[in-house]
This record gives sequence, C-alpha cells and structure tokens, in this order.
Amino acid sequence: MNNRPREPLFHITKRGTLRWYQAWAIRGGALLLALIVCGIITSSVTGEDPIQVYVAIFKGSFGTPRKFWVLTQNIAMLLCVSLAVTPAFRMRCWNLGGEGQALIGGLAAAACMILLSDSLPGWAVIVCMTVTSVLAGAIWAAVPAFFKARFNTNETLFTLMMNYVAMQLVAYYCVVWESPKGSGNIGIINPNSHIGWFPQIGTNKYLLNIIIVALVCVAMYIYLNYSKHGYEIAVVGESERTARYVGIKVDRVIIRTMLLSGAVCGLAGLLLVGGTNHTLTTSIVDGRGFTAVMVSWLAKFNPIWMILTSFLLVFLDRGASEIATSFSLNQSFGDILTGIILFFIIGSEFFINYQLKFRKSAGKEDK
Amino acid sequence: MFDIVSFIPRAIVQGIPLLLGSTGETLTEKSGNLNLGIPGIMYVGGISGVIGSFYYEQAAGSGFNPTLGVLIPLVCCLFGSLLMGLLYCFLTVTLRANQNVTGLALTTFGVGFGNFFGGSLIKLSGSSLPSIILSATSNAFRRSLPAAERLGWFGKIFLSYGFLAYVAVIIALVASYFLNRTRTGLHLRAVGESPNTADAAGVNVARYKYVATCIGSMIAGLGGLYYVMDYASGVWANDAFGDRGWLAIALVIFTVWRPNVGVLASFLFGGLYIVHMYIPSGMNLAVKELYKMLPYVVTTIVLVITSMQNRRENQPPASLGLPYFREER
Repeated sequence: MNNRPREPLFHITKRGTLRWYQAWAIRGGALLLALIVCGIITSSVTGEDPIQVYVAIFKGSFGTPRKFWVLTQNIAMLLCVSLAVTPAFRMRCWNLGGEGQALIGGLAAAACMILLSDSLPGWAVIVCMTVTSVLAGAIWAAVPAFFKARFNTNETLFTLMMNYVAMQLVAYYCVVWESPKGSGNIGIINPNSHIGWFPQIGTNKYLLNIIIVALVCVAMYIYLNYSKHGYEIAVVGESERTARYVGIKVDRVIIRTMLLSGAVCGLAGLLLVGGTNHTLTTSIVDGRGFTAVMVSWLAKFNPIWMILTSFLLVFLDRGASEIATSFSLNQSFGDILTGIILFFIIGSEFFINYQLKFRKSAGKEDK
Repeated sequence: MFDIVSFIPRAIVQGIPLLLGSTGETLTEKSGNLNLGIPGIMYVGGISGVIGSFYYEQAAGSGFNPTLGVLIPLVCCLFGSLLMGLLYCFLTVTLRANQNVTGLALTTFGVGFGNFFGGSLIKLSGSSLPSIILSATSNAFRRSLPAAERLGWFGKIFLSYGFLAYVAVIIALVASYFLNRTRTGLHLRAVGESPNTADAAGVNVARYKYVATCIGSMIAGLGGLYYVMDYASGVWANDAFGDRGWLAIALVIFTVWRPNVGVLASFLFGGLYIVHMYIPSGMNLAVKELYKMLPYVVTTIVLVITSMQNRRENQPPASLGLPYFREER
C-alpha cells in the first residue's frame, strides 16, 4: 500500500529573471510557432501553398513604395496610441479608453478646422487644433482618473464606457456638420483651402506624422526611465502601499499620469484628423485604442520595443488584407491571424516567468 | 404618440442578447476573471450556430425537421463558445496571462472569426445562394406560444417571444439563485473575492475558475445565437451585432453583479438602445445619436455611485482581474 499522496507530474515555480536574449528567444519561438499555425490555417482555407501566402503577406507591406508608406504611417499611428496608454499601464492602471480619448481629440481638431477656417489664418487654426485636441484627450482621461483616485472606481470599466460616450458624441457631430446635407458624414474638411491640414514635408504627406510620433516615442522613453515622474509611476505600479510610505502622493500621480495618457491619445486623434484623413468618422481610430493595449503589453511597456510590436501587428494586418484581396476572401481574415499570433505570444509569457519542474522518476525518489 | 405596446416587446427583444451576455459575464467575474472577450465570444456563438444550421439546411433541403433545426445550431453555438471560454481559461488560469490583454485578443479573434465566416461561408462551401438567410431555422427559433395572438396586448408583451428569450430569463434567475443560495455558489464567490482564502478552505480555485468561465462563455454565446436566429430572422450581416458585447459588460456593472436584477435592467438597456427610434421624427436627426449614448452614461453613473457609496455588497469581486498563483504573496 502506498499511502503517500501521489506527486503531480510536474509543478510550477517562479523563475528568476531570464537574460533578455533568452526571453526574446522564447517569444521568437512562440511567434514562429504561431506563423506556422497561421500558415496551415491560411493554406487550408485558400488552398494555396503556405510559402505563396507568406509572399503575399510580405507584398502587402513592401510591394510598392506607396504600400510601404501606408505601412509606416499605420505603425506610427498605432505606436502613438500605444505610447499614450503605456504610462498608465506602468502604474497598473488599465486605461482601455485610448479609443475614446483619441476620438475626442480628433473631434476637437475637426471642430477647429470647421468652425475657425473662416476667421483665422491657417497656422493659427493648426495651433488651436493642437491645443484643443490635446486638452480634450486629457480631459476625457481625467474623468475616470479623478474617480479612480478619489473613490477607487474601477478604471478598466470606466474608461471602456467612456469610449462609447465619445463615439456617440462624434456620431452626433458627424450629423450636425454633415456635408453634403443628408449624407450623414462629414467628408473631407476644407478640401480646397486646406486650412488645418498639416504641412507636407517634401513629397510625402505622412512624413510629418511619422517624425512627430518618433519624437514622442523617444520623449516617452526618457520620461518613463530617467525622470522623477517615471520613477514615481513605477513605484505606484509595483506597490501603492510602498509609494504611500515613501511619501509619494498616489492620487496626484494617478491623475497626472492619466492626464498625460489622455493628452497623447488626443495628439493621436489630432494626427489622424489633421495629418492623415482630413475628415472625422466614428471609426477613424479603427480599434487602435484596443490594439494599443496589446502592443504595449507585448513590449513589456517599453517604448522602444513597442516600435517592433506595433510593426508586427500592422504588418500582419496589412498582409492579411493583401491575402484577403488576392484570394477574394473576407477582410476580417487578418483579425483571425492576429488573434492566433497574440494567443501564442500571450501564452509564451508563462514560460518566461515560470518554469515547469518535472517529477523525478519514481525510482530515485524512493532512495 | 408613444406606442408602448410595440415599444416594450422591441425593447425586450433587444435586451435578451444583453441579458444572456451579462449573465455569462457575471458568472465569469464572480470567479475573479474579467473576461473582456465577451464581445468576441458572442460573435463566435452566433456564427457557430449559423454555420451549423447553414450546413443542416443545405443537407436537409425540403425535409427540414424543426427540432433538429433548433438543436444543431444550439449545440454548435454552445460548443463554439465553450472552446473560446476554454482558450481564455487556459491562457489566464493555467498560463496566468494578463486578463485584459487575453480578453481583448479574444475579442479581436472572435469578431474576426464571425465576420470572416459570415462573409466567406458561401464561397467556402461552394453554394449558389446569394447570402446567408436561414429562414427555416429562424422560424423554428421564433415560434412563439399559440395563445400570444389571441390575448391582445397581454400576449404581445409577455408571450410573443421565441423560446430562447424565456430560457434567458430562467438562466438569469437560476444563476442568481446559484450564486446566493447554494454552497457551490458561495465557494465561487469566495474564489472571486479572495482566492487565497478559498484555497486554504480546500476549494479548487483553478477548477472553479475554469468551470465558471466556460459556463459563462456558453451562456454569453447563446446571446449571439439569439441575436442572429431570433432578432435578425436568421440573416447574418457582418458587424450587425455591433457593440452589444460591450453593452453586456456595461450591464454587469449596472446590475452590480446581480443576474436577477439583470432581467429588468437588460430590458431597460434594450429600451435605451432603441428609444431613439421612438423619438418624434420631426426632431433633429443628430439628437438621436445622443440618445444612443444613454446606456453608457447611465452605466458610468452607476459605476461612480457604487464606488462612492463603497458598500461592501455592491463592489466588484475583490480579486477581479488578478491571476492567482498559490506561491505568490
């Protein structure tokens, strides 16, 4: 009779810190596995050989110079929203409201373009747009932040709801400012005078956006890693009690960080309206507020790695829509591929943080 | 004139998917899992049912059997959403991944899955139909009590729905009873409030989380099925389901985690969702967009008020959104 409780096959222990290259090797392995699974699924759906499919994905991003610029522009916009939500995430404050904050920023920018184009010169309109949209984004984030700091209201759910309030507000103004009448959407704003349009650098109309986002990226990296504010954010994120004990005013840090978060989201909205689309729709942010959560998390909240992760997600998305067009499939195919890859990478984090220790063989155990 | 007899049934029909979604999400959240994948799961539930009944209708042709016609989509829907729930649990409970990220990835995947198969099913199956219209299945789902016609306004308000609507209400009431009146329910709440304590008391935390989340996903998936088969008369249109999944999550907060309150609250939400159609048409079109904001605004107000009152019975489960690892403290 063996009365000893049976030992499980393996048990899980927390790992010490892995070296960065080991961690990235695990992530890379997960990505590779995910790509293989995606390849199998794609070729079983389209009946094409998987190599062809990957060629198509690659073409979707790098096929023509235009596609390449679209890719870079999309990366920049996704990166901008991701950078925005990151300070809050470092504080363990789940700002899922990037979508709404960027929308409200875009709304403010569009409002300036429409209402001030007759009374102010072009440069003044752009200044007004910048100020109002950054403010609007900040305010949109400040509301949940205030209640979080004051009453400990759940910020995940609050920011989530604020997205849809923003969306309906934009829908309202889309009807108010519709042109032509009865169409229900705004159309290109100031198509002839170009008032409020961001200036073009050289021949490329996206270059300015990309430069601005690159600057924000570097600034955010410095802010989070080398400033006192950044340090306070990290302490609050690790342990609120410790932060209180060492004299950090947690309420103030929460509100300040969320203000920053919203302000950068507002900037993203500004870039979308003023720099890219020159119009306003409810879908202008295109789910980036949610994708940003994943971008930021995948990069371990590090602004520099985020360039890579946002590249990955945009690259896949563009590639998948290329597959969809060339094999006449539905555009949503890209979401499925993105989902699968995310599942693999999310799962791989476990193997970075924990390790499995297998039970030693029974013979050894008995001695 | 505000036509209350036609308004209430439409509000209820709008509310049922939300009710199913929020009951599922409440069960899930009571186990400490904040499943933001609910919108995706509802899509998958809907499309799985559609795929099942599409192939059945193709195969059956004229010999369509209503019982099978209901059972096949129902089983497909439950199976599809169960898989999504299992995936979520595997990532968050077994692999201890971040719940927000996993949930959002699940939503991306689920919505993509729904829209992809919704858009490509015809092409993939090589059928000659122009679009997915499952009227035979839908009729089976929508069959209401025969007495409904004869009872005037009473029948219209209370008896005119397909069977899934009544199932939804029953599920909500059972879930409420289960959470508050049974020992297993108590254990489940303990897991959501303080997994450490539950673990010390001998409750298998991982198993409770798995079972609660999977059952929750299956219930939520039914919401998607109800939407396609009953509300939309068996017509699948991409993105037609819209943001109802998020609204279901809002409803969970609105009802302060009580499925029995959810029955009436979902009808209220359904009403708020369509009240803009009942505003006199002479008014500005734009204002209607503002009315659509109401459910979300109301939810945020409830969220703020409950956190301001800080009453213990109205709070979210204490460990909501946190992974549990026994050796961590």
